[in-house]
Amino acid sequence: MKFAAEYRDGTIGRAIARRLHDVVDTDRHYKLMEICGGHTHTIYKYGIASLLPANVELVHGPGCPVCVIPMGRVADAIAIARRPGVILTCFGDLLRVPGSEGTLLDAKAAGADVRVVYSPLDALRIARENPDAEVVFFAIGFETTAPSTALTLLRARAEATANFSCFCNHVTIGPPLRALLDSPEVSLDGFVGPGHVATVVGSGPFEFIPAEHGKGVVIAGFEPIDVLQAVLMLLEQLRSGRCEVEIQYVRAVTPAGNPRALAAMDTVFATRPQFEWRGLGFIPDSALRLADEFADFDAELRFDMPGVRIDDPKACQCGEVLRGSIKPWECKVFGTACTPERPIGTCMVAAEGACAAYFNYGRLAAGARQPEVVG
Amino acid sequence: MSAGGEQAALERIERARKRPRAFRETSITTAHGAGGKATHELIERLLVPALGAGEQLAALADAAVVDVSGASVAMTTDSFVVRPLRFPGGSIGELAVNGTVNDLAMVGAAPLALTLSLVLEEGLDSEVLRQEIAAAGAAARAAGIEIVAGDTKVVGRGAADGMYICTAGIGIVDARAALSPAGARPGDRLLVSGPIAEHGIAVMLARGEFELGAAVSSDTCSLWPAVAALLDACHSGLRSLRDPTRGGLASALNELAAASGTAIVVHEQLVPLAPAVGGACELLGIDPMYVACEGRLLAIVAADEADAALAALRTVSGCEQAAEIGAVEADPAGMVLVQTAFGSRRVLDMLVGDPLPRIC
Repeated sequence: MKFAAEYRDGTIGRAIARRLHDVVDTDRHYKLMEICGGHTHTIYKYGIASLLPANVELVHGPGCPVCVIPMGRVADAIAIARRPGVILTCFGDLLRVPGSEGTLLDAKAAGADVRVVYSPLDALRIARENPDAEVVFFAIGFETTAPSTALTLLRARAEATANFSCFCNHVTIGPPLRALLDSPEVSLDGFVGPGHVATVVGSGPFEFIPAEHGKGVVIAGFEPIDVLQAVLMLLEQLRSGRCEVEIQYVRAVTPAGNPRALAAMDTVFATRPQFEWRGLGFIPDSALRLADEFADFDAELRFDMPGVRIDDPKACQCGEVLRGSIKPWECKVFGTACTPERPIGTCMVAAEGACAAYFNYGRLAAGARQPEVVG
Repeated sequence: MSAGGEQAALERIERARKRPRAFRETSITTAHGAGGKATHELIERLLVPALGAGEQLAALADAAVVDVSGASVAMTTDSFVVRPLRFPGGSIGELAVNGTVNDLAMVGAAPLALTLSLVLEEGLDSEVLRQEIAAAGAAARAAGIEIVAGDTKVVGRGAADGMYICTAGIGIVDARAALSPAGARPGDRLLVSGPIAEHGIAVMLARGEFELGAAVSSDTCSLWPAVAALLDACHSGLRSLRDPTRGGLASALNELAAASGTAIVVHEQLVPLAPAVGGACELLGIDPMYVACEGRLLAIVAADEADAALAALRTVSGCEQAAEIGAVEADPAGMVLVQTAFGSRRVLDMLVGDPLPRIC
């Protein structure tokens, strides 16, 4: 694909890898966090870790939209889906997230009308085509997907689509990063920042990281060359004693972000005072609900649902994985009781989940990885 | 966090994965029909044990080989439930014939005769039926196989999706063929007969659920000419053949690696992929390695016969873009690896779940 192939070029990748070896201080260890699950996926898919100097470690962050959905919200979605006359629409990964009583896929097999969509506008189209059904969009994601939900709701209001509503679970990236940086167990040297989120929010929401915590951030794209270059930029910041937010993903991100998308979000959403994150607990001001003007489209007001908090399964260590404090393979149930076929935790469900990425791509004895020697 | 700890964790996982388990699902989901891990679990843990299967069924080849008075007869059965019934490059009638012929071809059998059973939904447009039977007849003539028997059932509206087709096929195994899913040996080479993922993407786009305008046609065709060319070009070096249908190239190669106890390494940048198909996969977030083909084969060939096999394949109409895409190694046994453009390697596991709608 044009404009993707050049960012997957092995020759360029190996050239950047050689630069990395020139820039590192061999007497110290570097621990960098990639915030976004999309980066985690790229890192495992292309074996990026094997190109890095041995003392540069990448740890996975909390930025996987499916991973952070708490079990109680999945149970609520299943309760909506089971109502007669309801068509529940959602992104494909959500089908396999376990709630307390199975998954949406189980509910579908038992007769619920659950449909996969690639965009919330498809959900609105389904509502127009099925005027006798109640069509609910199970909305998840960071600022990356929130604007398309907002635009869909604006259109639903303009068209007065009465049988459409949204079960809103959108979250924002700043608050969990704050919570992470405030927690004592995490010691990081810098962040690979989330490129897609930044196309919407710009670099502003990340400025507190250098300003208040003295750590550098490089906002990166999602191809392997992007990630390698971002790591190089972070290491160069560290070597020269700089600490700032830089943008590697200049082909898509500007410091100001996308004002139109932000305005749509502002119109449609309001901040929730508290929201539960799977494995991370309640984080203040970290999620969005529909604004009062859009109450007619709010599935939480339209339908009765259990609305209860459900504890994560005892064996599940998704929280520690999401904070970067353990590697996927260090979880007690990783790969044995918890697999992509039968996930216990959300990190094993989504393609962007650290556990799924490691299981699908990285599950190889060290000798079999055979990276080409760089240096 | 030591490498030793990671190694121990990986060994524990591999032990857990190799342990046979009972089929525990309370109901059948679409994943059981997707050709990946769930399909295998259903077959290996429920169907085969319940049938008290002998060697033939347990081998899970594309077709069984039965001795009929000294002749090696290949026998297979297949069913087709694709929606929509017609899609760019093919339709259910054509697919039913080619799919059955290809199952026979993968055990080295020249197709001989075919049966066709129809399950029709009340209200199906007769013209649609007429077109599909014409398509099946044309495909049978093109493949040199005769349709010799059939059956027709009609079910009430809503009990089927337009029409379903079930087939059985027999063929005569070529005397030169010594093919087995377990045939791969370290040092062998891996060939593919053309660009991958075209059928699955063509059907998915034809459903009109994604507003993508890419022009992608199904690759459905008979693979017997390609197999015949390989048999002509190779001596004893043609080890295994698979047509990567549901579950795609990744799932087919995992079956071969597991059966032979070898590692199969695929070089990512050597796998032929049409730009429109690659672009559609990119936009839909689907890995083309898991998308079905209906007119491609994977061949594992001894190293000293690989060049001749590839040259022979490329002379067959529709196989001009055949390519050598990887090789067989000893370790890690039973696994498929992808070598990336960066020189790193990753696991390419069997399909999990069901990323695609009904496509065959």
